[in-house]
Amino acid sequence: MSTADATRLPPGAALPEISPVASVRHWTRFLRSELSLIFLRWRNLALLAVLAVIPVLIGIALRLSAGEGRGGQGPAFISQVAGNGVFLALVSLTLLLTLVLPLAVAVVAGDSVAGEANHGTLRYLLTIPAGRTRLLGIKYAALVVFCVAACAVVTIAALIVGAILFPVGPVTLLSGTTISLGAGLLRLAFITLYVAAAMAALAAIGLAVSTFTEHPIGAIAAILVLAIASEVVDSVPQFASVHPYLPTHFWLSFDALLRSPVAWPDLAHGLLSYAVYVVIFGAIAWARFTTADVTS
Amino acid sequence: MSAASRAAGQRDETSFGRPDDGPLPGEPGQLPGEPGQLPAGPGQLPAEARQLPGDAGPAIATSGLAKRFRGGQLAVGGIDLAVPHGSVYGFLGPNGSGKTTTIRMLLGLVHPTSGSHELLGVPMPAGANAVLSRVGSLVEGPAFYSQLSGRANLARCDAADRTADPRTAGARISEALDRVGLLSAARKHYRAYSLGMKQRLAIAAGLLRPRELLILDEPTNGLDPQGTREVRGLIREIAAAGTTVFVSSHLLAEVEQICTHVGVMRTGKLVFQGTLEELRGRGATRILVRTAEPGRASEILAGLGLQDIRISGGEASAQLAGQPPEEVCKRLVYAGVPVAGLESSRSSLEDLFVELTGEGFDVDG
Repeated sequence: MSTADATRLPPGAALPEISPVASVRHWTRFLRSELSLIFLRWRNLALLAVLAVIPVLIGIALRLSAGEGRGGQGPAFISQVAGNGVFLALVSLTLLLTLVLPLAVAVVAGDSVAGEANHGTLRYLLTIPAGRTRLLGIKYAALVVFCVAACAVVTIAALIVGAILFPVGPVTLLSGTTISLGAGLLRLAFITLYVAAAMAALAAIGLAVSTFTEHPIGAIAAILVLAIASEVVDSVPQFASVHPYLPTHFWLSFDALLRSPVAWPDLAHGLLSYAVYVVIFGAIAWARFTTADVTS
Repeated sequence: MSAASRAAGQRDETSFGRPDDGPLPGEPGQLPGEPGQLPAGPGQLPAEARQLPGDAGPAIATSGLAKRFRGGQLAVGGIDLAVPHGSVYGFLGPNGSGKTTTIRMLLGLVHPTSGSHELLGVPMPAGANAVLSRVGSLVEGPAFYSQLSGRANLARCDAADRTADPRTAGARISEALDRVGLLSAARKHYRAYSLGMKQRLAIAAGLLRPRELLILDEPTNGLDPQGTREVRGLIREIAAAGTTVFVSSHLLAEVEQICTHVGVMRTGKLVFQGTLEELRGRGATRILVRTAEPGRASEILAGLGLQDIRISGGEASAQLAGQPPEEVCKRLVYAGVPVAGLESSRSSLEDLFVELTGEGFDVDG
């Protein structure tokens, strides 16, 4: 329903007033229902399991090659893992950000609206009525929770494996200063949230794509293609002028949190970019979803 | 206090909130025609709720409602439906005549190209969020999450309804399942349900709370005869409790058995609307005499002033023009015509239906 529709709303069409407390309760109930659909689905659990298993594999591989002393190879932080297991989490996040984390987010985001449309459950939700704007809001809120959960799974699995296979202790930052383990873990928590924010921006793009089709597979593929294309363009120096506007450009900026003092401007750039993507694609999703004919 | 009366209470105290779908300039006033009391039990409207002045208007009213899909196909070409409160309205038409698109427009799923409509006196689609909680619906077959049980599916529906009381959800879900006879299969996965069970679950979703209007799109589609009977019985029961029922079908026999009013669609146009009696009245009644002397019988029939007399081996028939068949029989017998059998039959609704909707494959013209 568009705003124009709402302004024509006659008195008789008003909703019964619901107290703010009851309103919050209805939101949380619907959100819980949405979350249970996402987190009780075997496919999504399998995705989370993959996200947990990959850090384990990376940890084992690094442990086995620890004695070979091949410095300077592979992604950032990889040489530090042997000295401090905490760095396994950073290595894992860096590696999974290239494909597996975006894949997991694309699957769940692409499915969010298109899957309901494909099943036919969308028409039932809308005639209940869930409210189109409200449904979209709940869908996005649940996606954000999934993004946080997916990133947390990677970090926690990597920390556990890192602690088992490697020594753990005070963390030496990129700027050379050393902070306590507790402070290091706190920074790791913020890094995880930063990566989750990046995934939440991708999820907003995914939600918008998902409102345009009844085929979840198509939506998932489109989101992945967008993410990969963005990464490719980001790696071509000739396109440097567009790099800051790419959705994936700031994904690895989390190393700003590994400096002392923290390089806030880098972080802020990244978060601003994500916020802009959320606003733009949230608006696209809203404009599309509230005016679309539901014929599935 | 039952769930229903609590819900009613909530609506009573109303000073009207705002829908979440946009800003609402100006404070709306009192709901005109809002029934003061809502159902006391699922689907049971107290009589007074149906007789309030504001409720005198139709439960569904459309004006020039039309839909042209992108690509130019005209699915519905400007129809004026008027579904009276308390009626069971059969929405008839062959497949592809625009019934489902109309129903999707009624429920705000599809935006009309032109025209307007109201549900329970509330303009749509602007009032969708407010009025749809008073309307139960089944659109184009059941659709639920196959990995969830029947009960979990209904819980999902209820969770999406911002006006449903979470505290009574369990009881209401059990009650709805019980009404459609699915209580014993409540914990089964939806994917393990038979088609009939799926259809009944969809109806149960419509019964999660008391409704003033039920919109059912082909509720017996794909059901076996037993299932069809059950659904028909359920619709009768719901209607008897005072809920207006709008039911689409391509099966005339079904509509004939449960409906009080009929609307007939043909290629996107409403070609008839009225009571079932009015539809029947459009057909002529014929009398058929089985006799060894059809010639003499036809003379008597002609003598009585009957029209359109036809004779075939061992039978004479004519169109009755208000004469009671027993009178005709008496005359024949007095005249010495050996009457072996006599029957009067109105041209069947099916004939009328085919006459209205067209024969064979020209339906999508």
